[in-house]
Amino acid sequence: MKTTPSASSLMSRENLYFLVLAALLLLVFPVLLDAFRLNLVGKYLTYAFVAVGLVLCWGKGGILSLGQGVFFGLGGYCMAMFLKLEASSPEATASQSTPGIPDFMDWNQVTELPWFWQPFHSFSFTLIAVVMVPVILALIIGVAMFKRRVGGVYFAIITQAIAAILTILIIGQQGFTGGANGITDLRTLMGWDIRGNEAKTVLYFVTAGLLLACVLLARHVLGSKLGRILVAMRDQEDRVRFSGYDVASFKVFVFCLAAALSGIGGALFTLQVGFMSPSFVGIVPSIEMVIFCAVGGRHSLLGAVYGALLVNAAKTGFSESFPELWLYAMGALFIAVVLAFPNGIAGLYQRYLMPLEKKILGGLGKAARTPSTAPARQMEETP
Amino acid sequence: MFADYSMPELMSIFAMQGFAGLSLFSIFVLMALGLAIIFGQMGVINMAHGEFMILGAYTTYLTAGLFENVMPGLYGIYFFVAMFLAFIASALLGMLVEWLMIRHLYHRPLDTLLATWGLSLILQQAYRSIFGAREVGVSLPDWMMGSIAVTDLVEIPINGLIVMVVTLVIATLVYLLMFRSGWGRQVRAVVQNRPMAEAVGIDTGKVDRITFALGCGIAGVAGAAFTMIGSTGPTSGQLYIVDTFLVVVFGGAQSLLGTIASAFTISQAQSTMEFFLSGSMAKVLTLLVVVGILMLRPQGLFALKVRR
Repeated sequence: MKTTPSASSLMSRENLYFLVLAALLLLVFPVLLDAFRLNLVGKYLTYAFVAVGLVLCWGKGGILSLGQGVFFGLGGYCMAMFLKLEASSPEATASQSTPGIPDFMDWNQVTELPWFWQPFHSFSFTLIAVVMVPVILALIIGVAMFKRRVGGVYFAIITQAIAAILTILIIGQQGFTGGANGITDLRTLMGWDIRGNEAKTVLYFVTAGLLLACVLLARHVLGSKLGRILVAMRDQEDRVRFSGYDVASFKVFVFCLAAALSGIGGALFTLQVGFMSPSFVGIVPSIEMVIFCAVGGRHSLLGAVYGALLVNAAKTGFSESFPELWLYAMGALFIAVVLAFPNGIAGLYQRYLMPLEKKILGGLGKAARTPSTAPARQMEETP
Repeated sequence: MFADYSMPELMSIFAMQGFAGLSLFSIFVLMALGLAIIFGQMGVINMAHGEFMILGAYTTYLTAGLFENVMPGLYGIYFFVAMFLAFIASALLGMLVEWLMIRHLYHRPLDTLLATWGLSLILQQAYRSIFGAREVGVSLPDWMMGSIAVTDLVEIPINGLIVMVVTLVIATLVYLLMFRSGWGRQVRAVVQNRPMAEAVGIDTGKVDRITFALGCGIAGVAGAAFTMIGSTGPTSGQLYIVDTFLVVVFGGAQSLLGTIASAFTISQAQSTMEFFLSGSMAKVLTLLVVVGILMLRPQGLFALKVRR
């Protein structure tokens, strides 16, 4: 009995942390925050999808992608295209020279809906595209790069270049993509108005629920043999290869999974915010997404969620009250995270709060056996 | 797309765009040389390289202001003084950054990327606080203005020519320093085998610091040259950083010759296409081709054939 409890209590502790996060997202925030703030938190949570994906591919797999904004953006644009088509029915756009196409196309003298917009009339196609478009792009990039054993720094630079390319392309092809303004003025989803407070609250719960599901999925992946191979690959790639594993395929898989998560996040972002623009695609947002993950702790799935929430809340707070200071704070955060606490909040927690928690849990364990419970209770109240 | 132009017109378009491409080429080479030294030789990804360049550009701007107000008679030669000061300013900042930050991160290359990105955010905001968000420019001395008419249709601007000469001189100096001097030999020894270099008595910490400072200093010179053909804003550096990294990777990170060749290819392709397509499409096509080639040939154009 004395040798096994470490593993079983670790499992139960993991579950406990997960339940705490679930309670925070599903009970505490909705009760404490007004509709506007809750919508903001919902927006932050969509970034948490990307951060969870980054924990999988960067923290565990050792693949740093600086192009997660690309997948976030693609998911978001797929959803935005569907919503835009719904918002530009022939009746609603009767004043345009070509009714029935999105308004920005009309302004740019496009007279026919381009072919790649056509399938987005269908909601089920859109839902598939939100996941599959990012996955297919990730598959192409991943197969091309990992099969040739390109990794590390080179991979980071090339994904960054891809983020730059997509941004320039979206801004340049104004008639087809809405240009720098993006796709705006989205109104309804299958006839359901997404702009009201009630709808935003519903969307918040959808986002939080999906995020928790994605965290569970990611945990399942990491708990499986595949997760252990990922970590082994990160630390000793050659040894894993010599043991007969196809390293490239595992990398492609985890990169695609991260892309799928980002795509889902992007689609939910579009739904909650009501528009999508290239400013969420490019190099700067992509690197910011990496910092969400780094602040939370690159090895911790739950840490990534907290990281996304905290950094974004700080960003909103700073840019509301001291816009000048925000870039300084963000820059200092990058440097501090890398130099002082590379394992982020999760690492700090494990180092400083875990021993305390162990004491409490240990104390409780003792308390169950011995009658004196007073010291344990005292400790529980202190943090 | 060629059908609308007559043959001599096409020729002169190519010549003019080729020359415009050469100005872009000069900036690429100066930026990429510094980066090739830092990234190719040391393996450090310096995302703040563009900000070091902008520091050089602002130094030039300040020097120009000083000459204009204090000694207008000597305004004609301010550029050469500014170039020197830009080098010193960027190199000193580089040395400080290496000492404070980079030297703790040599074994974690991906983390240098994040830390230097943070540095670039801080520098950008600092420039914005000091110089304002608006772009600043310098006025060129008289002898640098105007252009040389080669034929009726082809004209070559003098400032572009000077930038090119500066590039050539700097590239030659870097080559001599890296491959023909004792110090360059030390740098290459440290790159190839750090423990062994230490064993034969090379102070690797010092070599690292000076190498990093040199790379940043060259970025400063690039900034000085940049003021000749464009205006400077707090975020101008960020526009070039991705292109520059691609130039270095495309050329093969360890090869200086490869860096120059790839800078030439990329800048020429971009500026020639710019005339016929929109600017953004030209850039997208160029970057796509480069990324495509890198996916097929990850080691870049000129790979060093060494066993690792």
